[in-house]
Amino acid sequence: MNQVEQLSCRELVELVTDYFEGALAPAERARFEQHLAACSGCTRYVEQLRATVSAVGRLEPDAVPPDAEAALLEAFRDWKSGI
Amino acid sequence: MEAAAATTARDDARIVAALRAGDEDAFRMLVAELHSSLVRVALIYVPSRAVAEEVVQETWLGVLRGLDRFEGRSSLKTWIFRILTNTAKTRGQREGRTIPFSSLQSPGTVPEPAVDPDRFRPDDDPRWPGHWASAPAELPEERLVEAETRARLDAAIAELPASQRAVITLRDVQGWTSEEVCNALSISETNQRVLLHRARSKVRAALEHYLKGDEE
Repeated sequence: MNQVEQLSCRELVELVTDYFEGALAPAERARFEQHLAACSGCTRYVEQLRATVSAVGRLEPDAVPPDAEAALLEAFRDWKSGI
Repeated sequence: MEAAAATTARDDARIVAALRAGDEDAFRMLVAELHSSLVRVALIYVPSRAVAEEVVQETWLGVLRGLDRFEGRSSLKTWIFRILTNTAKTRGQREGRTIPFSSLQSPGTVPEPAVDPDRFRPDDDPRWPGHWASAPAELPEERLVEAETRARLDAAIAELPASQRAVITLRDVQGWTSEEVCNALSISETNQRVLLHRARSKVRAALEHYLKGDEE
């Protein structure tokens, strides 16, 4: 692979989401993976992104504010009594 | 994909039947599951959290009133979020807010690097053009599960522009598929990916900054 075809690290970081989503064309994915195999900086960057996504996946969604929940339950009961 | 769609359809049918039967717990659970996502999507269209909460309340009323008409042609989530976005857009217009729809519909038009360009060598560097000048370090695993780290992640997400925050919430916090997100927000796959990319990049940067800072 000659110099022109190789990805720089700065270019690679823009492609990581596409890579995770399986949205890279086969040739691009090959360039991406070839760069990773030779670049510890980008390997660690991709690991950081994976760790970020995992950590975000462990976050709890915000709870329903109590007054909002109470109002909704009341609305539900009103609706119920009408059906 | 068909098996997953069939499971969703069965789950939806079960929930709708429970609601129609007046099952309060089913309603409470559905509300709890979707509330923060609904608020975050509403915030794409309306100017404040208070207004967003009102829009979400209105949405649930619309859901209950429209329940008889739900036929399962789309998923329940998609249907609920369509009611939400319609309600939010109408309310947003009433609030006189000129929403930058461009941020949702064509995010790619304004470039936003995933990483601070200072982290890389310049493109005319004689030896390593565009390569890391200051490479990322390994993130300490044990710190990723700490409560304070979670709080920092929450804060980083809260600071995102509304469209990016909505997409990362639906995809990464709630675990929706990209198809579900695109259907709920009526955006293309490509736009959804751009928003997700930017959101994840910013959150990663915040996480790296937080974990590095404490080591100094």
